[in-house]
Amino acid sequence: MSTAELSTVEKFAQMGLAIAIFAAVVGIILFLAGIFRGRRSDWLVAFAYLAPTVLMLAVGLVYPGLRTIYQSFFDAAGTNFVGFDNYLTIFTTRDQLTVLRNTVLWVVVTPFVATGIGLLYAILVDKARLEAFAKTLIFLPMSISFVGASIIWKFIYEYRPDQGNIKQIGLLNQILVWLGGTPQQWLINQPWNTFFLIAVMIWIQAGFAMTVLSAAIKAIPEDIVEAARIDGVTALGMFRFVTLPAIRPAVVVVLTTIGIGTLKVFDIVQTMTGGQFGTSVIANEFYSQSFRSANEGLGAALAVMLFLLVIPIVVYNIRQLRASEAR
Amino acid sequence: MSTMSAPESAVPAVTPTPSAAAVAKKKLSSPWASLVAVVIATLWTLPTFGLAVSSLRPERQIKTTGWWTFFTDPQVTLDNYRAVLATEGSGGLGSFFVNSLVITIPSVIIPICLAALAAYAFAWIKFPGRNVLFVMVFALQIVPIQVTLIPLLSLFVSAGIAGSFWTLWLAHSTFALPLAIFLLHNFMKEVPAGLLEAARIDGAGHRQIFFRVLLPLLRPALAAFGIFQFLWVWNDLLVALTFAGGGEAAPITVALANLTGTRGTAWHLLSAGAFVSIIVPVTVFLLLQRYFVRGLLAGGIKG
Repeated sequence: MSTAELSTVEKFAQMGLAIAIFAAVVGIILFLAGIFRGRRSDWLVAFAYLAPTVLMLAVGLVYPGLRTIYQSFFDAAGTNFVGFDNYLTIFTTRDQLTVLRNTVLWVVVTPFVATGIGLLYAILVDKARLEAFAKTLIFLPMSISFVGASIIWKFIYEYRPDQGNIKQIGLLNQILVWLGGTPQQWLINQPWNTFFLIAVMIWIQAGFAMTVLSAAIKAIPEDIVEAARIDGVTALGMFRFVTLPAIRPAVVVVLTTIGIGTLKVFDIVQTMTGGQFGTSVIANEFYSQSFRSANEGLGAALAVMLFLLVIPIVVYNIRQLRASEAR
Repeated sequence: MSTMSAPESAVPAVTPTPSAAAVAKKKLSSPWASLVAVVIATLWTLPTFGLAVSSLRPERQIKTTGWWTFFTDPQVTLDNYRAVLATEGSGGLGSFFVNSLVITIPSVIIPICLAALAAYAFAWIKFPGRNVLFVMVFALQIVPIQVTLIPLLSLFVSAGIAGSFWTLWLAHSTFALPLAIFLLHNFMKEVPAGLLEAARIDGAGHRQIFFRVLLPLLRPALAAFGIFQFLWVWNDLLVALTFAGGGEAAPITVALANLTGTRGTAWHLLSAGAFVSIIVPVTVFLLLQRYFVRGLLAGGIKG
């Protein structure tokens, strides 16, 4: 609002003011809800409790969402109606097709690899000594921001030209040099650079998979496991015929949740390559088109694409949940 | 286990230890299992460890040698942290760190309070259209925030609050509501109806029931969602980049993302800066891990 730099004290003062205003609003709501009397008072209380939420959702989510769908049928400046041209651009231009290909790679590779590693680790450390500590190690990256994780991994991938006595400062290239290879520009060489970005997402998400699946494994009734043991089922057979069927619903939830999160991945691409070198994905391309290239129409169409791609995953997820509840 | 040991102990030769299959499995797979587990654990911790070591090395060292050199040639300095924490001058991330706090605190408090009220209405008050409205709020969870950003930005511009903290508080609070309501509603529904009925017979109104009966029971749920939202807002880049840009309300994630973009990467600032930005969520997370895991298992994760 003001052009002058705010001092730290002023910032916290502003924060205090915001919280005070909010507290006053909630206070008024509770007060009003308290004085309603009579037969219909329940309705009025419900209305008072829900009013701020409904207002915020209507103005902050529903209206902007509809507005974006509308804008996706307009040109770059947002003034002339162009029909489905923006969507056509997404499916026909070479750059946009690369974006789509990358998005598919991300959404297919990340959930399965992250879930696989998470499941493997959950089984390996199950009932082991220091289990809680071992799990925390894998789980910690979940609390690190995508930006922070990207910086951590940029440091791993860092490349120094292979000449004279210049030393590598990135661990991956140093390992390569120790093994007698030549250092690589991991983030620039296409098309493999996308996989090096995906590795960061897997690193973050495996902990989530591990936690949920570990809880599911622990929830398997002991008598089923015992019965299988008495029957002499091998370790692999135990996994195949006892563990996996029992945790299937949890696996589906984990896969779809990571899939949805991956679909919207923006921070990693933005921080590591900025979408250059053929690494852009839909969520990043949305940002570039909307804010860098000032192509409002295409940006809106990309956002809508994101929305459309989330829906089948969610529907599948809900169906699986229903099916497992019915059983 | 106990059901197994009974028939086994009937045979005196066999000691009542875990079943033979379990022992065999352990003997076969244990060394390999441990090795694989250690490899994964190393892969998952080494990158962060490398960054931590780097952040303590002098600028010249960071830029010319890898962090593993530290073990043969240990040189420690706090200069990077001093540069990063300075609130004034170029390279200082101190003010961005303050911004992150200022953005995050209200963005956690506001949606929790509003969602608790809304979840109560959905769970325990009968009113016409309740189910339809609840399904609509539930469905809003799947709306990707990208869809909302540009129109919201125009709204904020016309309201005259563009670039201020207010935009971030409002946006983060709004985006959090569907998941928060869903989670809290699920927890509230688990409270036995008899408990509320008893309170009502004692003459308690909605307000008393909400504060005296439900709120104490909901503490774990509120904590779980609070941590989610804290991590989400603290770690967010997209919303902050859209509404605060590089302006005076920009949080530390935006500042760090900008630093990575500059040519001839400022590794000494990046490593220390990233570490400072990581410390807060990791601490919160470690302290409240119990609640976080419980929240995850209750089916809430925002993407």
